[in-house]
Amino acid sequence: MSPIELFSLPFMQRALIAALLTGLAAPAIGTFLVQRRLALMGDGIGHVAVTGIALGLLTGASPVWTAVLVAVLGALLIELIRERGQTNGDVALALLFYGGLAGGIFLSGLGGQSAASLNTYLFGSLTTMSVSDVIATMVLATAVIALCLGLAPQLFAVAQDQEFARVAGLRVRAYNVLVAVLAAVSVTVAMRTVGLLLVSALMVVPVATSQQLTRSFRATIAAAMALGVLASVGGLVVATFASYKATVAPGPTIVLLALACYAVAWPIGIWTRHRARLREPFPTGEPDAHEACAEHPHDHGPGCGHLAVPHDDHVDYVHDGHRHAAHGSHYDEH
Amino acid sequence: MTAAVSLTGGTVALGGRPVLRGIDLAVEPGEFVALMGANGSGKSTLVRTLVGLRPLVAGEVRLFGTPLDDFGQWSRVGFVPQRATAAAGVPASVWEVVAAGRLTRRRLLRPLSRADRAAIEDALEVVGLADRRRDAVTNLSGGQQQRVLIARALAGEPELFFLDEPTAGVDLPNQHVLADTLARLKERGATIVLVAHELGPLERLVDRAVVMRDGRVVYDGPPLRDHEVHQPWLGEPHTHHHHHAPRPADHVPGVASPVDRSVDHRGGER
Repeated sequence: MSPIELFSLPFMQRALIAALLTGLAAPAIGTFLVQRRLALMGDGIGHVAVTGIALGLLTGASPVWTAVLVAVLGALLIELIRERGQTNGDVALALLFYGGLAGGIFLSGLGGQSAASLNTYLFGSLTTMSVSDVIATMVLATAVIALCLGLAPQLFAVAQDQEFARVAGLRVRAYNVLVAVLAAVSVTVAMRTVGLLLVSALMVVPVATSQQLTRSFRATIAAAMALGVLASVGGLVVATFASYKATVAPGPTIVLLALACYAVAWPIGIWTRHRARLREPFPTGEPDAHEACAEHPHDHGPGCGHLAVPHDDHVDYVHDGHRHAAHGSHYDEH
Repeated sequence: MTAAVSLTGGTVALGGRPVLRGIDLAVEPGEFVALMGANGSGKSTLVRTLVGLRPLVAGEVRLFGTPLDDFGQWSRVGFVPQRATAAAGVPASVWEVVAAGRLTRRRLLRPLSRADRAAIEDALEVVGLADRRRDAVTNLSGGQQQRVLIARALAGEPELFFLDEPTAGVDLPNQHVLADTLARLKERGATIVLVAHELGPLERLVDRAVVMRDGRVVYDGPPLRDHEVHQPWLGEPHTHHHHHAPRPADHVPGVASPVDRSVDHRGGER
């Protein structure tokens, strides 16, 4: 079967739609989580959602919706604990992580479910999505994206500085709860794509990648969403082509592709930050004594090969531990 | 004339221990008040109580004559918190942080209006950071970051400003820029309540000094010079260089009951 034929199959198109929307929604809410230093919250919710899936499999209800319900409850619990006890939030998260995972495996064992049905949620299974799964994904992902972008100024202010936001009259607690709920919803959106155990990767890794290269929040969230789409759709395509030769699951491929983007961006980020630090203007103020540089055969100028750093109204050229500023026909030591 | 902000019989407790006791303070519109005192005297707690960040155990805060619980006109209030040392996880540009100050006047789900943009530009202009608007806040010096926070409060065009230690950790040239900024606000008729350990270049602007000691007001009157605040007759020896060292972290991992409230070891500075 040729690749074109493969991508025209309905199950493949459903997978593409799900991958696209997941790639947009997960980094959108992930940016706010990273900004609040809650990068692992997605992981916590993902573990709690395992219980929701098992509950759905046990009761015969739709696992997607029971997962949404339980994940939202878990997210609210995490948010409550985070708000009340600031120092021990990580312990509370750990308790929820393990409680959720153990509860899910316990419940699915009770129901006599085979490991395979839980596995599709734990590790993702893009290509087995039903039409109703895709519709649920579309509705939930669109809601997450719309709320994240529409309320971005408010969510940004609350995540940036809670106390300022409170004095600005924003309902900080309501926005915190909203972020928790949106995170829970996007976890359940992404669970079919990359799986509950890898959900957090799609929320965090594109954000970590884009913030290597950006200086503003808006650029970060836009680049993170673009990278999320690149990773999720690209990962699906790569996995599809690779599956001619070997068994390649889309979920891990997507995450590995996102990590590869990070591996490329990281050194570039280090280099640009290093460069920016070197070129930062020197503090204002002339040296007390006028100290002229002795012999200086080299002429400094734009593009002379030496680092040029602004200093007050002129430029200092930096080389061999000296800062040389042109003064008439000679150079001063600054 | 109603006071811009008033506190009557204010008592505040942190973790069950009373920190502020029996504070009476009224600031008239247009006044420039400096809250002074040593570390741990409760001056930051007082300003945070006035904006509603600390609950009162007893007493009442009124903003423009309205009790704090019923107060809804937050666009009239500008708050400049202490500069946070830990930066947020995602970069934010100077413009974005200043624009957040405009939220007091923006409606939900509406784009920035022309008036919003003009106010943000004006705020950047006043603090002298218009040319750094695209830079990440974390790339600025401490003094410049402080000016960003002031611009954020300015963007909402408030009439009453609360500034918590705006001069802490700010070098002298930046303190002068700060003083010029506050002088311009004062000319525009703003009411300013400022927490300061030492006034430095701000001294010439102050109309009234309130000196705190151990959670009580010990002096309220004409401005004092920095060294007078710490005179023995105010009961405060020269303590202002003795910053409390953070508690040394021990090597026991912090495994405790997850819902314990963290106890503030810094004596109510925050």
